[in-house]
Amino acid sequence: MNLLKLFGKKSFPHGIHPDEYKAETNAKITRRLPFAPEIIVPLAQSIGLPAKAIVFRGQHVARGEVIAEADGFMSVPIHAPVTGTIKEIDIASTAKGGKQPAIIITTSLSSGQRVHDSGECNDFLQMSREELVKAVQNTGLVGLGGAAFPTHVKMAIPDNRSIHTVLVNGCECEPFLTTDHRVMLEKIDNLILGIRIAMRTVDAPKAVIGIEDNKLNVLTAIKPYLPDDGTITIEAVETKYPQGAEKMLAYSLLGIEIPSGGLPSEVGLAVFNVATLAELGALLPAKQGLIERIITITGDGVKKPGNYLAPIGTPVRFLLEFAEFIGDEAELILGGPMMGMPTRSLDVPITKGTGALLVLDKRATKRDDILPCIKCTQCLQACPINLNPSELGLLAAKRQYDVMEEQYHLNDCFECGCCSYVCPSNIPLVQYFRIAKTLNRERHLQDG
Amino acid sequence: MISTIVTAAVFMIALGAVLAIILAIANKKLFVYEDPRIEEVDDMLPQAQCGACGTPGCRPFAEAVVEGVKNPSACTVNSPEGNAEIAAYLGVGMGDHEKVVARLACAGGTHVAYTRAKYEGIKSCQAASVVSGGGKGCSWGCLGLADCADVCDFDAIYMDEHGLPIVIEDKCTACNDCVVVCPKDLFSLMPVSQKLYVACKSLDEGDTAQQECEVACTACEKCVVDAPKGLIEIKNNLAVIDYEKYQDFDIDRTPIERCPTGAIVWLDSKLGSTHASKGKEGMKPHRGAALPIG
Repeated sequence: MNLLKLFGKKSFPHGIHPDEYKAETNAKITRRLPFAPEIIVPLAQSIGLPAKAIVFRGQHVARGEVIAEADGFMSVPIHAPVTGTIKEIDIASTAKGGKQPAIIITTSLSSGQRVHDSGECNDFLQMSREELVKAVQNTGLVGLGGAAFPTHVKMAIPDNRSIHTVLVNGCECEPFLTTDHRVMLEKIDNLILGIRIAMRTVDAPKAVIGIEDNKLNVLTAIKPYLPDDGTITIEAVETKYPQGAEKMLAYSLLGIEIPSGGLPSEVGLAVFNVATLAELGALLPAKQGLIERIITITGDGVKKPGNYLAPIGTPVRFLLEFAEFIGDEAELILGGPMMGMPTRSLDVPITKGTGALLVLDKRATKRDDILPCIKCTQCLQACPINLNPSELGLLAAKRQYDVMEEQYHLNDCFECGCCSYVCPSNIPLVQYFRIAKTLNRERHLQDG
Repeated sequence: MISTIVTAAVFMIALGAVLAIILAIANKKLFVYEDPRIEEVDDMLPQAQCGACGTPGCRPFAEAVVEGVKNPSACTVNSPEGNAEIAAYLGVGMGDHEKVVARLACAGGTHVAYTRAKYEGIKSCQAASVVSGGGKGCSWGCLGLADCADVCDFDAIYMDEHGLPIVIEDKCTACNDCVVVCPKDLFSLMPVSQKLYVACKSLDEGDTAQQECEVACTACEKCVVDAPKGLIEIKNNLAVIDYEKYQDFDIDRTPIERCPTGAIVWLDSKLGSTHASKGKEGMKPHRGAALPIG
């Protein structure tokens, strides 16, 4: 029994309380950015198979038109983020490092950039669940919280399982990030519609929106929009990192534990991010595709921090110049400070999963030397899923990646970074685990 | 009192006898004949357990040699004299086994290839490659954090002043460890007789490739024209040598002479290490210091 629950605060054991740094941007209304002269759209933007390009060099495409179609069920189509001409289909730098196949579009400057209108629409109330899953796939929607898992795959619930609650994740527990906060204030209509579509698709009788109690203005803003029958409710949970992890939120809000290695659907849950459902509510009825997303550009390395609506595929350099970054003295992270990734080049595009550009002043960030583990157990007390990061770290140093997986539940780690955050010896524990997981995956692929 | 001791002693002796009989029968019934030569050959092997011969370790190799499945010379760690001793003991031929060494398909040291971002994490190539592919401008190039030198059991790899691994041919046993550990898949095992080699893996187009690295293959096709027909092919902006056809031709240095960047090289053994010489028109960098970051 969690002590906090006695005082009425819903939460989970362990976790950390990092400084929030959200005040910079959480009151700033989302602004639309101008279109970059060149848009780079990688074909692999989600977990799953890359899309297949269906356009050719020199072809004129309209904003919102399908330019790459899904390659099977585990893949989503890609829509043109701008009206323009296909410059080439070639390999281009991505934030992950390597070069990946991408469609490069030269933006047409004379165009009005109106979204391509097929003239059709989806009446989701008349559609069967299978049709809805297909329609969700056609929107090209993936989890906008950062994992970029295809939304329609989550919504295709096997016949032997039934969903009792749709959990709408509006926690946004990472410091600095405020996109979900803005969505919940600015796109409430779309969000409620998206929740209804999701409930219908997974056949769930009720939905709960979970937010952290640092966003209580969302509570008052959304309440008037909720239906009277009580099928959709909103509840606040304690502000704590990583509250936004689906396992943590399910436990805090409903007291349900998602089993190790299991999916939320096994315990009757379907978890979606608020931004994903808000886009779903906007796109699915209009039969459109995902072409832009809200992105937080913040940190002391930019002079104009804020929440911006940017076309997918906009180069990072274009965004940063617009936000007036301080140049070479900056350190750039794609995503939040806890789970985000640095990138080596500014010429990489943002993808469907990029939620933030965090620019820190290099002079203000310091890196301390890595010291030996003193077995202080702070990481054990921070780990939200009760792993032993200390022991895992020692095994990683010895490159015993198989032991980490088989005996110490490495695969349950969702890389929240709490262990690295609290370590007084500055051991980059979560980085070790990321490497171990990557290498294990490669080994399993080789073994077949 | 005495009777208790006697009972216990008798019981123990009886139990011992019964178990001894069971063991004796089991020994006869379940006896496995093993060729005594396997033990002898195993003793003569270096016990490096490296797997370079293609078997899981030294004892399985000894079994394979005694059975005649493998030649004694397949052990690349043992000295030729040592292998000759095994061959003489078994009364078999040495077998011809060409020396195979690990070779690196990258020549982009810090003096010729640009580093675009400074990587400050764990000093390991595998770690760096997870973080946006490492800081190097070229997405395919060597990161120079020495995972290969660390993993080598035979001290056959050292890092040179430009952050590139150098393979000491005399010490390399072709055990495959560096091939597996390299996150950019730059190492491959090759017979030393194959001297023509493309020391580049960049799939970037000519100009882009050269912006990142002065010695990158620009896919200009000069080597393709100069080489015997069909030996070299341009695949995805990179010259690829078809080593299956290599033995069919009498190959000399001609294909490398006109290479403008010196990406295709001629390999010689010099002082025990691989020495790569470039063609006449190949760019030979004289810069000693590393290029600036950015």
